[in-house]
Amino acid sequence: MSYETTSGNKGLQQAESLIFESGHATGTGVDLPEPKGGKYEKLGGLGRKAALDLPGFSEPETLRHFVRLSQKNYAIDLGLFPLGSCTMKHNPRLNERAARFEGFADLHPLQPTSTIQGALELMDELAHWLMELTGMPAVALSPKAGAHGEFCGMLAIKAALEARGEAETRKRVLVPESAHGTNPATAVAAGFIVDEIPARDDGRVHLDDVVAKLGPDVAGIMMTNPNTCGLFEPEIKRIADAIHEAGGYFYCDGANYNAIVGKVRPGDLGVDAMHINLHKTFSTPHGGGGPGAGPTVLSAALAPFAPVPHIVKRGEVRELREQSDGTKAFGRMCAFHGQMGMFTRALTYMMSHGSDGLRQVAEDAVLNANYLLARLKPHFNAPFGERPCMHEVLLDDSSIKPKGVETIDMAKALLDEGYHPFTTYFPLVVHGAMLIEPTETEPKRELDRFADVMIALAERVNAGEVEFFKQAPRLAPMRRLDDTRAARSPKLRWKPEANNAAKQAAE
Amino acid sequence: MRYLPLTDADRQQMLSVIGATSIDELFVDVPKGALLKDLVDLPRAQGEIEVHRHMQRLAEKNTPAGRTAFFLGAGAYRHHVPASVDHLIQRSEFLTAYTPYQPEIAQGTLQALYEFQSQVATLLNMEVSNASMYDGSTACAEAAMMAARVTKRKKIVFSGGVHPHYIDTARTACEALGLEIVALPAAIDDEAAVVGELGADVAAVIVQSPNLFGTITDLTKIREAAHGAGALMVATFTECTAFGLIEPGGAYGADIVCGEGQSIGNALNFGGPYVGLFTVKEKYLRQMPGRVAGETLDADGKRGFVLTLSTREQHIRREKATSNICTNSGLCQLAWTIHMTLLGEKGLRQLAALNHEKATQLAYALGAAPGVEVLTTRFYNEIAVRLPKPAQGVVDSLVAKGVIAGVAMSRLDPKAGMDDVLITCATEMNTHDDIATYADALKKVLAQ
Repeated sequence: MSYETTSGNKGLQQAESLIFESGHATGTGVDLPEPKGGKYEKLGGLGRKAALDLPGFSEPETLRHFVRLSQKNYAIDLGLFPLGSCTMKHNPRLNERAARFEGFADLHPLQPTSTIQGALELMDELAHWLMELTGMPAVALSPKAGAHGEFCGMLAIKAALEARGEAETRKRVLVPESAHGTNPATAVAAGFIVDEIPARDDGRVHLDDVVAKLGPDVAGIMMTNPNTCGLFEPEIKRIADAIHEAGGYFYCDGANYNAIVGKVRPGDLGVDAMHINLHKTFSTPHGGGGPGAGPTVLSAALAPFAPVPHIVKRGEVRELREQSDGTKAFGRMCAFHGQMGMFTRALTYMMSHGSDGLRQVAEDAVLNANYLLARLKPHFNAPFGERPCMHEVLLDDSSIKPKGVETIDMAKALLDEGYHPFTTYFPLVVHGAMLIEPTETEPKRELDRFADVMIALAERVNAGEVEFFKQAPRLAPMRRLDDTRAARSPKLRWKPEANNAAKQAAE
Repeated sequence: MRYLPLTDADRQQMLSVIGATSIDELFVDVPKGALLKDLVDLPRAQGEIEVHRHMQRLAEKNTPAGRTAFFLGAGAYRHHVPASVDHLIQRSEFLTAYTPYQPEIAQGTLQALYEFQSQVATLLNMEVSNASMYDGSTACAEAAMMAARVTKRKKIVFSGGVHPHYIDTARTACEALGLEIVALPAAIDDEAAVVGELGADVAAVIVQSPNLFGTITDLTKIREAAHGAGALMVATFTECTAFGLIEPGGAYGADIVCGEGQSIGNALNFGGPYVGLFTVKEKYLRQMPGRVAGETLDADGKRGFVLTLSTREQHIRREKATSNICTNSGLCQLAWTIHMTLLGEKGLRQLAALNHEKATQLAYALGAAPGVEVLTTRFYNEIAVRLPKPAQGVVDSLVAKGVIAGVAMSRLDPKAGMDDVLITCATEMNTHDDIATYADALKKVLAQ
């Protein structure tokens, strides 16, 4: 039953206009000391002349505006967020508290090193945990996100090839078709040429396919393990050996490291470089899309080329080496030392779990995924469901599509059920993919409820209720949004002219 | 383990539903020998009390900026962030949301992104903004690469006023693509030198205003020369509050304006996470890197917001994508938007005026010390001073007197031959007493 209110509000759900529509030119929510109103003599006549046209709000209006917006968001603290390959797990608030300690938050990256010894010690500790967990001898902490970490790893490979005098000859990087889109994009950004390894029917990368592509022009391979189909690559060690034998390096995309943390060390598999998404494996909050952090662990062969800054220990005192002069460092990834605020949260999370708890993290993540697979397999097509999956379950729409319901419709129906949907249409190698990742922080009861809902929806598909799915969502803050319209005539900001035109039209 | 809800009974029951007898049966695809038998050599789980104590102990080994007379800028700035900013970004629905892939239940994040894009474009006098980048330095590197894509030229000229870390970051990214970086020698003001580098092979000139030494520049001549040579002008910055008082790059006709947004809404955080701002002229929209939110309608005809223009991005275009970036600085961007909303035009202008006032006082106070020369004549809140001694030693000596004086140029660029130059900054956080303490302590250290 639909009922339109005068205000556009729906009970507690309040319609909220843009700041630019409701704010005022003189509105402000800060009480700053009055400037003396001097002549700004040192601006050299370059002062801003025109008005800025930035609207402001008082403090209570600001609070209300953003609280109302927040109420239109789904979040892990509200319920299951089963985004395969992306992952949203419980975000412990102890991490937030630690990151806000004055001694971390109110610290400038260029303070004299005598005043930042604790921060450098924290970075060393984090590095130690990452190296022990991965079995790798070095780590570059500065990459600011997963894809930035991939870039760091590929640049380290390039630097190592340069040192061997082979940078000009080894330009080709093998990338499986099933890899994250960042992998080919990163390889190109690092100046390589991408050579795709086609997907096989079982969703895995095969040694034969890799060997067939090897040659003296191959710089290396970028593989994701566990891969984007939620599977562990059984031939990974042999693939790594083959790459090394051919003179290339093995980049492992560590986006899915949460599936094996404490159980398998990438160093034992022959990995030369791997980034670790701290938000994913070690639960730093993702805040609607970021920030991330992508430290990159490196093998002995690549370690000398790690970018600056490096922490150097002299006795008990730690110092920073910030220039690559006299070292093999390939350069610098960003202005300062990386995502310190994320390091604090990740280390807090690691210490809370410890070696035993982190192993349990991987085991419970894998157990939860396989439990969902076992419950959903009878009702949906699971393309690789004959064997155990890792941390995520891959289903596709082949059993529902003939009846007129697609992956996107299933996702939108889940919204009405109060669930964030799975990842839709990824990985690309599976048609109509639905990739579900429950993570280790979901209780069995929640998994059962989610499975019950999915099964009930499958039954509705079987009952031929196509229109029910096409109309979804009905109960979310908004009905289905038109992506095509947004892309065809992009409107990316509020503009005063458009607003005036609308006003005139109204008059 | 308080974060893990499964009980042993749950685990057994779940294994039986799966049809497995042990958890390791689920790891059957891991090569034999690679599955660890023992725990890794790290401490066992610790409770909230122990972990809190450990982190507190590490934090206490540092000297937070607020416990000193603090005058350090050079790419990161200490400003007041209203209490409500942190309160709002810690709301579960913002803090613990993921990328808004399902727009119908992510309008909070998406509208905030749209508001951010509107505010940033307005502040920088530009047509279009993206949804933020990792930080200012990586934004600047992306600008260099974008300019090369747009112009199909390979040479990027950096003014000697650009932060050396920004140049190094761009060099890393650009040289991987075979682009050439020409970095002019570090200079307080090098307008003429930048113009002199322009030629038919230049993709872009990258200038910073206020620059590393605090100098603000009328970019008109550089823009005219750049456009005359068929190159783009990229204007970068490290201190975005400046544009409450001075003209931003957009006002001078820059093609890309990008830089660091940390000053609004975000703490110093020892260098990250920060929030890169990135804006372009509309005609370059489809070459712009990064995520972007756009307006659209829902099935009922109501206005809503979605992530859009994803055909430029890595998950669609793979190796042909404009960049490999697949994230933005979500929470930092939200903090920026909230703080900017609290400031409004009135607050931002007031904040900027206060910064300039404090920096002017600082310049007079330091300039009065024997042997000290203020090098920056046109500035916002940051200046370079020449000391009668190597600056790094002076900075180190001042720590003992409770003053963090700035950053020695020799730390940022040892090859610049500016070992006696100190870069120092004042914001609204500095009191008259701080400035007096600094000037007195400096006189004493220089007299030693």
